[in-house]
Amino acid sequence: MNAPERPDAFKTGDLKVVGTRPVRPDGNDKVTGKAVFGPDFKAANMLQGALLRSPHAHARIRSIDIRKAEALPGVKAVVTREDFPTLEDILMNVGETAGSVLDLSQNVIAREKVFYDGHVVAGVAATSEAVAREALALIEVDYEVLPHVIGIEDAFRPDAPVLHDTVFTRGLDEKPEQPSNVPLRMRQAKGDVEIALGDAAATVSGHYSMLPVHQGYIEPHACVASWKADGKVDIWCSSQGAFNVRGLTSAILGIPTGTIRVMPLEIGGGFGGKTTVYLEPLAVVLSRKAGRPVRLTMSRTDIFRASGPAPGAVLDVRLGATAEGTLTAAEVEFKYSSGAFSGYEVFLGISSAIGHYNIQNYVVTGWGVLSNMPKHAAYRAPGAPQVNFAVESAMNELAEKLGMDPLELRLKNAIRPGETSMSGTPHGEIALVECLEAARDHPHYSEPLGPNQGRGVACGYWGNHGGPSTASVAVAEDGSILVVEGNPDIGGSRASMALMAAETFGVDYGQVSVTIADTSSIGFSGVTGGSRTTFATGKAVVEASRAVVEILCDRAAKLWNVDRAQVEWRDGEAICGAGEKAGETLSLARIAAKADNTGGPISAEASVNPLDHLPGYAVHICDAEVDRETGHTRILRYTTVQDVGRAIHPDYVEGQMQGGAVQGIGWALNEAFVYDANGRLDNPGFLDYRMPVASDLPMIETVMIERPNPAHPYGVKGVGEVPIVPPLAAVAAAVSEATGVRMRDLPITPDRVHAVLHPDG
Amino acid sequence: MRTAAFHSPRTVEEAVALLAGDAAARPLAGGSDLIVQMQSGRVAPSAIVDLKRIDGLVGVRRRGQGFVIGAATPCTALRDDAALVAAWPGVVEAANLIGSVQIRNRATMAGNLCNASPAADSVPALVAAAATCLVVGPDGEREVPVQAIPTAPGRTSLAAGEFVAEIRLPAQAQGGSDAYLRSIPRTEMDIAVVGAGAHVVIGADGVCTTARIAIGAAAPTVLLVEEAGNALVGGRFDDNALEAMVAAVRAACVPIDDKRGTARYRTAMAGVLARRTVLTALNRATKGAKGHA
Amino acid sequence: MSKLHVTCTVNGDPREFLCDPADTLLSVLRGPLDLTGSKEGCGSGDCGACTVVLDGQMVCSCLVLAGEAEGSVIGTIEGVAEGSGLHPVQRHFLEKAALQCGFCTPGFIVAAKALLDQTPNPTETEVRYWLAGNLCRCTGYDKIVKAVMEAAAELRQERIPA
Repeated sequence: MNAPERPDAFKTGDLKVVGTRPVRPDGNDKVTGKAVFGPDFKAANMLQGALLRSPHAHARIRSIDIRKAEALPGVKAVVTREDFPTLEDILMNVGETAGSVLDLSQNVIAREKVFYDGHVVAGVAATSEAVAREALALIEVDYEVLPHVIGIEDAFRPDAPVLHDTVFTRGLDEKPEQPSNVPLRMRQAKGDVEIALGDAAATVSGHYSMLPVHQGYIEPHACVASWKADGKVDIWCSSQGAFNVRGLTSAILGIPTGTIRVMPLEIGGGFGGKTTVYLEPLAVVLSRKAGRPVRLTMSRTDIFRASGPAPGAVLDVRLGATAEGTLTAAEVEFKYSSGAFSGYEVFLGISSAIGHYNIQNYVVTGWGVLSNMPKHAAYRAPGAPQVNFAVESAMNELAEKLGMDPLELRLKNAIRPGETSMSGTPHGEIALVECLEAARDHPHYSEPLGPNQGRGVACGYWGNHGGPSTASVAVAEDGSILVVEGNPDIGGSRASMALMAAETFGVDYGQVSVTIADTSSIGFSGVTGGSRTTFATGKAVVEASRAVVEILCDRAAKLWNVDRAQVEWRDGEAICGAGEKAGETLSLARIAAKADNTGGPISAEASVNPLDHLPGYAVHICDAEVDRETGHTRILRYTTVQDVGRAIHPDYVEGQMQGGAVQGIGWALNEAFVYDANGRLDNPGFLDYRMPVASDLPMIETVMIERPNPAHPYGVKGVGEVPIVPPLAAVAAAVSEATGVRMRDLPITPDRVHAVLHPDG
Repeated sequence: MRTAAFHSPRTVEEAVALLAGDAAARPLAGGSDLIVQMQSGRVAPSAIVDLKRIDGLVGVRRRGQGFVIGAATPCTALRDDAALVAAWPGVVEAANLIGSVQIRNRATMAGNLCNASPAADSVPALVAAAATCLVVGPDGEREVPVQAIPTAPGRTSLAAGEFVAEIRLPAQAQGGSDAYLRSIPRTEMDIAVVGAGAHVVIGADGVCTTARIAIGAAAPTVLLVEEAGNALVGGRFDDNALEAMVAAVRAACVPIDDKRGTARYRTAMAGVLARRTVLTALNRATKGAKGHA
Repeated sequence: MSKLHVTCTVNGDPREFLCDPADTLLSVLRGPLDLTGSKEGCGSGDCGACTVVLDGQMVCSCLVLAGEAEGSVIGTIEGVAEGSGLHPVQRHFLEKAALQCGFCTPGFIVAAKALLDQTPNPTETEVRYWLAGNLCRCTGYDKIVKAVMEAAAELRQERIPA
């Protein structure tokens, strides 16, 4: 079992603070405009930077002439590929893990070729933004425009324009002789699918597709970098991981990690899209050349043109089942776009495909496909929603074919605790079955529907993650508790950390403050991503808190002059268990006040690297109404049921469920990257990249199924990502039922629905 | 080119002189199109001439039984004029579908018109209402039908130094009303994929005496589909008449495929929306007629 | 090119600034006036993160030129709280967890307050349509709408004379 049972001091009934809904520590600053986000930070004597981006989807850069730009008054630095380490240098410095760094370094600034509309070619730092922009217009780039390719199937073809002549498909039986746009094929299989499909009482098959979609965070990427004469570098930026920014900047620029200090600013949304770097290495190089701090900010257009969307996909699914509804076979094959450079979503797509079901015969095959789009980036449960859409849509079709209720079909096949996942690991305390039962029994599921209305369901999962985190906990002179962590707070995690610390100390929530430290002020912490923060960083906070409790007990023992073993910690104070002071208590404040006499400052740091996380499961129910004349879909009611482990701060768990569901609704109905014939993004703004607005939606009902993870002191499972997995299929199924036509292609826009309902115009 | 000056003239004459004296200067009303275009670098006016401080260019006033809407009147202000809302509910609702509340607190119908987008929400409603505009310029002033302003996407018939100072709506006829509907993928914040405005007048006997149907985003400029109106005049909006009206609307459409919708979908929607819009206008006209009686 | 000199009232205080003719009100608020609570999410009026109240009307400050502000009265997120106490809309945003990342929050709060100033008893649908010009990517709007409805209810209570 990857989630062993273990005795723990904290049972459900004992919890006093965990599970309450206090105001978040950073809340006041965020409702009053005081919080400092990425674009808000200013440094003294700062220059404004601007970036020249390729107007071509694919072109060779013959030459770049920056002389006129450099001569413009007010321009303090102009940088091009010449100012960055060569790929050979990076390879030498970084070693065998260089692959992704090489890609990232080219994504940050184009070298031999530009690979997409918006690819950075040069940068300017000047005394004002207007001067910087004027300078950009003076940079002369000589491009040799090359044929480009955007669509997955187009890029997959053997005669497609090839982006990189170094890419040969990995994962085939034999290495191909020709380079291609297909860096990777992966396959996982068990049993014999063909025989099982042949024997199945019922089978379904379908072809599905979707276009790339963007994370759509409202805060633009922004940073300020300051290179100092002694070679030290300060970076202020918002990201999902300051250590990640430090590490990538160091690798891309070939400067020692220890000389870079990254100050995390408040982050205005990321959803995975801020787990990489775009601006920071450019700002550092501009600052080095200018000798002054440089700010870079992306416009919304830049964000859409040049920061990573999530993969588009084409998928084929075949399912087979017995007449009673037991799944016997699944064949899944998908191709994911990854933009101009290789991604890792194929791997995650395979591991997210069918692992929520028990199936004895399966083969899941994934292909990665390069094309002239920006390098894709993680987006909430990266790689999972795409394949889930196809598999869950097929499940709904299978239920109909078998004459079974779609939730009953899923219940019959749902993975249960102790059963083995696709990766061969047995699952511990998982609650997919409870989620499905709760959905089935929810009043929503039996509410009558009107004409032109349909109801869809889908379920899905996300593996979640653990990994490295550091936290330190100190007791202030008056007994206040100061928690320091290294993970940016993207959705209320300061509150979760404070709750877990307060619970561990047995004090009020208000007695704890939480600070997110810069990379030189706390030990390493992985990104805020993978639904890992409350789990892994939470573990570090609890571990450090427990270590401090241990010190406090030790100090109390000293003050009482008794053995440490005679001191117990309860409800925020030490209790003396023996000697003449038996029964006496010492409060945190009193122990803190005497710290100098008992051994000095009281603090502890914990570094953890847990991998005993558990996956999260979700079941969504969606009601939709379709206007058959216009093809418009309206979401009438939406319910999410989720296996959340224990909800540390239930409001923010519900918030994750609601926010993820709505991102999924947008993905299903309206969002898509649209390219024109020249390979330029045709909808690089919020006007035509249509994310849901408030009037598009009903309330999003939430049902939290709390089955704690025994491997976490307070039972935490990751909750942030799985909410975006089921909506695509749930929405499509609702529209399919409302219209009587299967919706296999996303987004389900009004014109697409209209075309399906009115094939003759 | 950098924008070198910002002018706030107090009179129309002053504004005309500023615009006539500088071919690259641009008039500013609400700014919700112009400023976006300036920010994206699509336009770089040499100077901005703000019309909002000119007397009479902000606000709605009566002109006989009709209305004069100053060019710099924000869309939301139209809703505050009860008489205008009663007479031309379709024009007011069209103007109040543009963008968001924040946008409509700045955006103006004159700006919507002069931006010359075929998808401008207020224009089909104005065309259906037979609205005119007062154009002022170095050669004096002229009154032209609203549909004479846009000539192609992004282009207008305005000569150098000219701008629209007023939009004029005629008196609403006894038994008349109007409506506007548009199709967008979301519920708010989108550009019309197709829009349809209708103005109908019914006589005491319920017979249609006037019908003007205008369609947006189905051609390079807003279409006034006279055949569609003709199909309704003289009848009582029975299914045959409505079908003929819809057929005329669809026949007039020459839309394009773009990121906002297919040509096929636009043509189909033009018919659906025209029918719904006419019925809404009819319903209002009928209620209005009863109200008068 | 000469700078414009603009005088206006911001959050009740007389302010003046120099700007270029093409500068937006948002860039002036965030730059010379040092009021970074108003955010730029798009620069094209599509996200509402820069919402301020200009002469009594809520607007996107990215779609107002700074020169237009001459003589105007402007309210930003920094002026919503009353002294050290929060406005009920702000308090209910906190109590209902109506923010996750918090970047869109200033725009939502300014817009929500503008709604309640003129419509004390909005329906859920009215709240949703009023706020349609404000994008939030984190919350799915559920808790935002609830917070606004609760703030409205509290403000109505306050308005009832004792």
